[in-house]
Amino acid sequence: MTDHRTFQAGPSRRSFLAGTAAVGAGLILPRGALAQAGPKKGGTLRVGFTQGSTSDSLDPATFNNDFMFASGYAVFNTLTEIAPDGTARPDLAESYEASADAATWTFRLRDDAQFSDGKTVTANDIIASIRHHMGPDSKSGVKPLLEQISDIRADGEKVVVFELAAGNADFPFIFNDYHLGIRQDTGDGTIDPDSRVGTGGYVIEAFEPGVRIELKRRNDYWKAGHAHFDKVVILKVGDPAARMNALMTGEVDLIDRPDLKTIELLSRAPNVKIHTQDGTLHYIMPMHTNDAPFDDLNVRMALKYGIDREEMIEKVLRGYGTVGNDQPIARSMPYYNGDLEQIAYDPERAKYHLRQAGLDSLEVTLSTSDAAFNGAVDASVLFSESARPAGLDIKVSREPDDGYWSNVWLQKPFCCSYWGGRPTPDLMFSTGYAAGAEWNETKWDHERFNELLVLARPELDEARRSEIYGEMQKIVKEQGGALIPAFGQYVSAMNQNVEMPENVSEMWDLDSQRFVERWWMS
Amino acid sequence: MSQLQKLVIGRMFLGILTLFVVSALMFVGIELLPGDLAQQILGQSATESTLAAFRAELGLDQPPHIRYLDWLGGVLHGDFGTSLASGREVSDLLGIRLANTMFLAAYAAVIAVPVAVVLGLLAALWRNTLFDRGVNLTALSAISMPEFFVGYVLILFLSIKAGVFPTLARIDSATSLWDALYRTFLPALTLILVVVAHMMRMTRAAIINVLASPYIEMARLKGVPQWRIIVSHALPNALAPIVNVVALNLAYLIVGVVVVEVVFSYPGLGQLLVDAVSSRDFPVVQAVGLFFAAVYITLNVLADIISIVSNPRLRHGR
Amino acid sequence: MGTLLKSAPPSAIFGLVVLVAVALTGIFAPLIAPYGETEVVGGAYQPWSAAHLLGTDNLGRDMLSRMIFGARNTVGLALLTTALAFSFGAMLGMLAALKGGWLDEVMSRMVDVLMAVPALILALMLLAIVGPSIPNMIGVIAVIYVAPVYRLARAAAMNVVDLDFVEAARLRGERTPWLLWREILPNIWSTLIAEFGVRFCFVFLFIAALSFLGIGIQPPTADWGAMVKENATLISFGDITPLIPAAAIALLTVAINLIVDWMLHRASGLKS
Repeated sequence: MTDHRTFQAGPSRRSFLAGTAAVGAGLILPRGALAQAGPKKGGTLRVGFTQGSTSDSLDPATFNNDFMFASGYAVFNTLTEIAPDGTARPDLAESYEASADAATWTFRLRDDAQFSDGKTVTANDIIASIRHHMGPDSKSGVKPLLEQISDIRADGEKVVVFELAAGNADFPFIFNDYHLGIRQDTGDGTIDPDSRVGTGGYVIEAFEPGVRIELKRRNDYWKAGHAHFDKVVILKVGDPAARMNALMTGEVDLIDRPDLKTIELLSRAPNVKIHTQDGTLHYIMPMHTNDAPFDDLNVRMALKYGIDREEMIEKVLRGYGTVGNDQPIARSMPYYNGDLEQIAYDPERAKYHLRQAGLDSLEVTLSTSDAAFNGAVDASVLFSESARPAGLDIKVSREPDDGYWSNVWLQKPFCCSYWGGRPTPDLMFSTGYAAGAEWNETKWDHERFNELLVLARPELDEARRSEIYGEMQKIVKEQGGALIPAFGQYVSAMNQNVEMPENVSEMWDLDSQRFVERWWMS
Repeated sequence: MSQLQKLVIGRMFLGILTLFVVSALMFVGIELLPGDLAQQILGQSATESTLAAFRAELGLDQPPHIRYLDWLGGVLHGDFGTSLASGREVSDLLGIRLANTMFLAAYAAVIAVPVAVVLGLLAALWRNTLFDRGVNLTALSAISMPEFFVGYVLILFLSIKAGVFPTLARIDSATSLWDALYRTFLPALTLILVVVAHMMRMTRAAIINVLASPYIEMARLKGVPQWRIIVSHALPNALAPIVNVVALNLAYLIVGVVVVEVVFSYPGLGQLLVDAVSSRDFPVVQAVGLFFAAVYITLNVLADIISIVSNPRLRHGR
Repeated sequence: MGTLLKSAPPSAIFGLVVLVAVALTGIFAPLIAPYGETEVVGGAYQPWSAAHLLGTDNLGRDMLSRMIFGARNTVGLALLTTALAFSFGAMLGMLAALKGGWLDEVMSRMVDVLMAVPALILALMLLAIVGPSIPNMIGVIAVIYVAPVYRLARAAAMNVVDLDFVEAARLRGERTPWLLWREILPNIWSTLIAEFGVRFCFVFLFIAALSFLGIGIQPPTADWGAMVKENATLISFGDITPLIPAAAIALLTVAINLIVDWMLHRASGLKS
């Protein structure tokens, strides 16, 4: 196979931040890991997925679970994608460039990308697909991220220009979002949300929501070196035991979220291998910093010292996680600040902070549910037990799974939550920590932090950016209301003959849910 | 028999009334559940603006009674509406799953009912013998396990260890009957184990209860053999409770098997209903709920008719 | 009482012993259990040892202690629920059969509505509305189980109310409570008892099923049904941990039904 692929790399962060802002540094990527292992075409991959619901539909605005993410990425391409090294790279775009203030972005489309009905991708398709998620009538989950776009226009057949309200150096990262798979313009500037026509390597043969999707490879896929399986069948197998049994008996080749309690036993089964990825996934117990008693920094610190993070990783995550340091930027993300001192379980320190707050003991209620994350209830119970010696009495209040995200999260002053992948510190901070942000779950409003956030967003100098994001991490860790005990690892289990590139994208599970077109069978 | 006809017609009328009340109750129930479809679908990513747009699109911003009457109007014209979540026709969504559910229920019932009744009769006939005790103890052990646990144990022995049956009971329209019977054997067996014990024990209890009656004593004194007493004298008079418990269990096989469906990933109505309840997709909840209610009502009317026909005292009313 | 026990067959004695043992365990749980119900005492899944006779569970809590507290929670909850369901269900069922007419009609139709909605779905919806606390769970399951008990009691009583002795009592001018208590109940007692044994066990299983769907007894409360679910995936690997609570449920179920069988036998034996 001679599929060396030329990326007309967009402003890879480096070239862009160095101030060139000019595109087309003609970066040639060798096929790297892919070439060594020699992906083979063929075979049928059968996947058992935890999520998936009868209420799923092909409307990208409603995508809300792994089943639809993976299916969506297999059938529809996005403008950019996240490469294994964590940077954004062009996908349907051939290249992109920004103005010097990073407020105008020009994307040039590939000439060879075709929909499965033979039509070529045009700027109108892109605009209609993005607009589907914008405006007052949109119900899309990605809508808040697109609010920064003040105008989109086509410049000929193949060029799309985005005008932003303010400069944003990370703008291309947004287009990797699973909501933003490109559909066809129906002619009037809208898309047909139920359409199965995509540009991806696979076409849908059968789709029964909440049960299965059957995908067949397109032989004319324009993206060389991708889409190796002949067929892919994704089944929803909600019960963890059923998933593991199906893998052991060879009825499926790949499962996500194996039960961590028994993974040790599963890994001993012949023909089964376990795959783990570090990621940006983290578990968090946010405290409302504007609400008593959590408005007192000493109370927050007492709680931060009162949780035994190691125990939580050992018992709730079964060792599949790394200790969190009360700030949300993962080690694998750009601008991670490695110089911060790691906080550890210390009941004496917790007691000290409690005394500083003028208290001997303190009773707080922690709202929890396994809807927040699998094991949240166990984690809360462990937290309550570990905090007791420090004079902290944490009442664990289990809330109904249903409606947890509407009735508890953002409402109760101290609860459990999680964050999946956010590719850059800017996206993480501006969605979860900026004053006034919709999902600011700690009700955090810190003057210096807010200033820095705005300062960094259009900043071109990488060293300066790194410095700013480093300081922001320090502020959140030392003063914020986020108690982040652990970063989780993504764990999956598969048949020995399922192969993947040496480096996979770690933002979400299973190569950031792009395994369908990236993995193969030996 | 005109008495019986009147009764059947009366029951059908009442059944329709019951269905109506059920649909109203379920609607109220869904309204009372925390969160609505827009919140459930958008989950953590919900914002005020997306929720409002979603609700407007689905008509969830209308007051509840208007939405219910709209739905009811559609149903009276035979239109069950479209799923709020996926936009698919409800009838289309239900079709294949309904067939799957009925298939599994029939599979289990065809085996379980005769086995249970015969075992119950034999246990009553050979009361307090080793056979009676053995059957009883086995039956009790089978019902003492949570059904998902029975499923897991069967999978352990028959799939993982022996490799005879598949762990996932996946069938679609292309599956042949023989293949379908093979693939759904484990869920069917799980259900059989769960229902046989209850029916068998009630059969035995009902027969034993009747055996204490004076006319049985009479027959016994006349020298009628024990098995004939049971089959021709005791059974007809014990039929009412037996038929009732069989009806209950048949209804269970159709409406109550969601846990078994989950364990074997079987695409039946139970999972559809649980999914629809958790996403607050009320047209789907209503359609599945009404079907389940109709099944239950029909089976009960049948059970009552059989009880009446078999019992001369009831046949003539009071 | 002594003679009654002496007349009991070994199977019934066994049942009684198990029942009494479980009851005592439940009542004196805090005194018997070596550790607290929710106390984390060591690493997860420790093997059986002198310190932890049944090892530890997924969070490192002592399995034996949780089994002991589980006896209190599980049996107490099931007993209360079943008793509630039977008091109301049987009384209303007999009343309906005796009175007939519009009372029967109204109650039967209400029960029809209640039963026409699948129990698990009803529980799922009701618990989501009222919140899954233990009192709520008792109430919800009792309401759900009133319906089948009512139906059974009514069906059984229907066969009795037309009999001559009830007719005679009625003509004597006996009042309704007397008719229910003295004429009808003794004659449908055996059917009800058999149902009670089965139904009592169904409550454990129902709670286990609710746990399976994620809305059962709330952690960290120990409950046998939930404990089976928590450790259920281990069974695929031949690990016996989930068998311990499952076996406890099975043992208690069998014990109760052995007692029920004995009482049934006595009832029918005395009558003939």
